[in-house]
Amino acid sequence: MANTNSSDGEVLSAPLTIEYPFRRSTGPILGAFFTGLREGVVVGVKRSDGSVLVPPSEYDPDTAEALDDLVEVGQAGKVTTWAWVVKPREKHPLDRPFAWALIQLDGADTAMLHIVDAGSKDRMKTGMRVALQWADERVGHINDIKCFVPEG
Amino acid sequence: MRDVAVVSFAQSEHARALPGVNEVEMLMPVIGQVRDQIGLDKSRVGFTCSGSTDYLAGQAFSFVMTLDGIGAWPPISESHVEMDAAWALYEAWVKLQMGEIDVAMVYGYSKTSPGDLPDVLTRQLDPYCYAPLWPDSVSLAALQAQALLDTGSTSEREWAEIASRSRASAKNNPNAQLKGDFDPDVILADEYLVAPLRKHDCPPITDGAAAIILAADDTARELSKRPAWIRGLEHRIDAQSLGVRDLVNVKSLQLAGSAAGVSTGKIDFAELHAPFTYQEVLAKRALGLGADVQINPSGGALAANPMMAAGLVRIGEAADRIMAGEGDRAVATATQGACMQQNLVCVLEGE
Repeated sequence: MANTNSSDGEVLSAPLTIEYPFRRSTGPILGAFFTGLREGVVVGVKRSDGSVLVPPSEYDPDTAEALDDLVEVGQAGKVTTWAWVVKPREKHPLDRPFAWALIQLDGADTAMLHIVDAGSKDRMKTGMRVALQWADERVGHINDIKCFVPEG
Repeated sequence: MRDVAVVSFAQSEHARALPGVNEVEMLMPVIGQVRDQIGLDKSRVGFTCSGSTDYLAGQAFSFVMTLDGIGAWPPISESHVEMDAAWALYEAWVKLQMGEIDVAMVYGYSKTSPGDLPDVLTRQLDPYCYAPLWPDSVSLAALQAQALLDTGSTSEREWAEIASRSRASAKNNPNAQLKGDFDPDVILADEYLVAPLRKHDCPPITDGAAAIILAADDTARELSKRPAWIRGLEHRIDAQSLGVRDLVNVKSLQLAGSAAGVSTGKIDFAELHAPFTYQEVLAKRALGLGADVQINPSGGALAANPMMAAGLVRIGEAADRIMAGEGDRAVATATQGACMQQNLVCVLEGE
């Protein structure tokens, strides 16, 4: 077939900003979660078997059952898996090396995605305990959680 | 059920960037080849289905441009999925099962080079709890890789061997992008990109396209001496949130593989869409593939990973080998979403 791998012609380019320029309602469950973050508490939602989803969702991911039993959970927990970012990308939450982590908060049965500002990869370990650090200004957004840090 | 087979497959020469051509120009030679190599007049194509995404093309309804290129006048019956074209193949297979047409064409393509792919892929995530943090595709894969390492059942060494084997196999694939001899000991000495993943654990970033012709019953026998019959085709999806999934047991792939009947006969070779090395380990386990099954003779997605087409390419590569008589029964998979959220399994057989 024809080689489409090269062209001698000048290639025109134009900037394109990826955006989703709409305002959305977060609904009764995620809305309560984000309102909680603004107030300095973390809430999850209880499933019919008693386990707690954090972040909460309006439905059970396994059974699709509607969920609305909101419960407050702890502000520390354990890392269930992690990944160490050697060179942060421009849009990453920190401009120095950090860990992405799935964190299961005390009182929760599922893990949430956030970052651990641990300073060094050597301080990271699956199962380690981390504590939530709040942002100075909170507006009802996932970034109201500034980061997690190793406990103790 | 009607017997439906892959009767023709074509793909572009995959490359890191094809700056001189647009999507239509990249795709058209592939469309020409997939029809011409079996002497198929385009008037015989009863249904056309494509897979691509506006987020990579950078404009809304971008697939309409390629549809115009293919020729949509006089009006044709067509559809599009904002997914890997393996799912477009599924839709075309359903259309063939309905019995109103005998031939369908499927294609997928993307040019990822104009943007920053790991950043662009963050836009497919949960817009409330994930996307605002900009967790790039390599970082999310690294979370799953670490969870797998923690089980103690695999190693970074095994992943380096998967990368080495894949890119050595790709030397026989004229369309592959990243090929050659890489010593596992040497590449294991590289720095981490996002620990525990190194560069060799990740797929190349690829511009490329692929197309397949499907045909039913006697039409398939007319168009191919040895059609690659689709004996199982299933897809399943896991929950979106990584925190509610069992990251080291890919349930959707297990379910799709079981429903497609992978284990009901001997598999000669597998084309697994496992863009990251460790995902090959997960895919083999989910499908129950033993050490006797040859994995990714084409080099797989570690040798070329054109977004929206790489899953379809797995089915095409497997079908080509069946049609060439290099095996009698194969399995091909497609995956998409963060950490293998959604999976499709296709079982192909020769007669």
